[in-house]
Amino acid sequence: MTTAAPDLDRIDRAIINALQGGFPLCDRPYAAAAAPLGLSEAELIERLASLRTRGVLTRFGPLWKPEALGGEAVLAAMTVPADRFDEVAGQVNAFPEVAHNYARDHALNMWFVVAAETPERARAACDEIAAATGLAVLPLPKLHEFHLDLRLVA
Amino acid sequence: MMTQPILLDATDRAIVTATQDGLPLVPDPYGAVADRVGTTTEDVLARMARMLAAGVIRRIGAVPNHYRLGFRANGMTVWDVDDARVMALGEAVGALPFVSHCYLRPRLPEVWPYNLFAMVHGHDRDEAEAQAAEIRALLGDACRGGEILYSTKILKKTGLRLRMASALGG
Repeated sequence: MTTAAPDLDRIDRAIINALQGGFPLCDRPYAAAAAPLGLSEAELIERLASLRTRGVLTRFGPLWKPEALGGEAVLAAMTVPADRFDEVAGQVNAFPEVAHNYARDHALNMWFVVAAETPERARAACDEIAAATGLAVLPLPKLHEFHLDLRLVA
Repeated sequence: MMTQPILLDATDRAIVTATQDGLPLVPDPYGAVADRVGTTTEDVLARMARMLAAGVIRRIGAVPNHYRLGFRANGMTVWDVDDARVMALGEAVGALPFVSHCYLRPRLPEVWPYNLFAMVHGHDRDEAEAQAAEIRALLGDACRGGEILYSTKILKKTGLRLRMASALGG
């Protein structure tokens, strides 16, 4: 289980395993979260900054649910010709509504999430992406989210 | 875990905007957010606790990059599941410990036959395929087919960026 990510030491792994949720809401939350890990507040802050800088964490903080904010996150897929892939990725990623975008090994080879303040804006952004790229955008909005509780083990 | 819709006011939305890039890495991060949105630390804590309880905030903490943790085989498994049984089976799939997201989505005639999506994460493709096989076994005769779409590259991962300008009055 430890073949990859050799740059993560025991403390990094403990932080990642302990803090994928439940970060406290209190005056000195880093101090409160650091104590059970045997770290000081300053050490935890320094470690988190380093994990973010190194790209081990994509972010640290609250995960907002767009639907609960009145917005919508729509998964969309496109079939992008191989010789235009990088160009189209740039066009798609330029939209601030595109929260993530993945290349996948399928005829539908580009999959991205369009998150916007309103469902109308999310749909409009899909249309604008289709217009900008000249490619069909298949919207696959979520109809239901099944409950889950995953914590990745570092 | 149903989300109760709650009304968010301008201060709540200012907190969303102030934390979309993450929580400040300073000893008093909620105080720093309070300064940015023009309120007190106590108010930020109370509002965030309320939004966490209501599901507006899914969770507070670290969001790892799967690849950097050694999960190199990240597969979107997609399944064509009998509509009459997909709600119960989706709950069962979502409860599998290795499934990180599980959604019901529309089929698109002629183009896309799959209605159940479950993300799996393996250190290699053998591990991801074993996870997919477990899902397939659980779906049983309600499943007419499926595929795994592996991600081959993260092209963008910034997380949510909502335009809150209207709610902030400019």
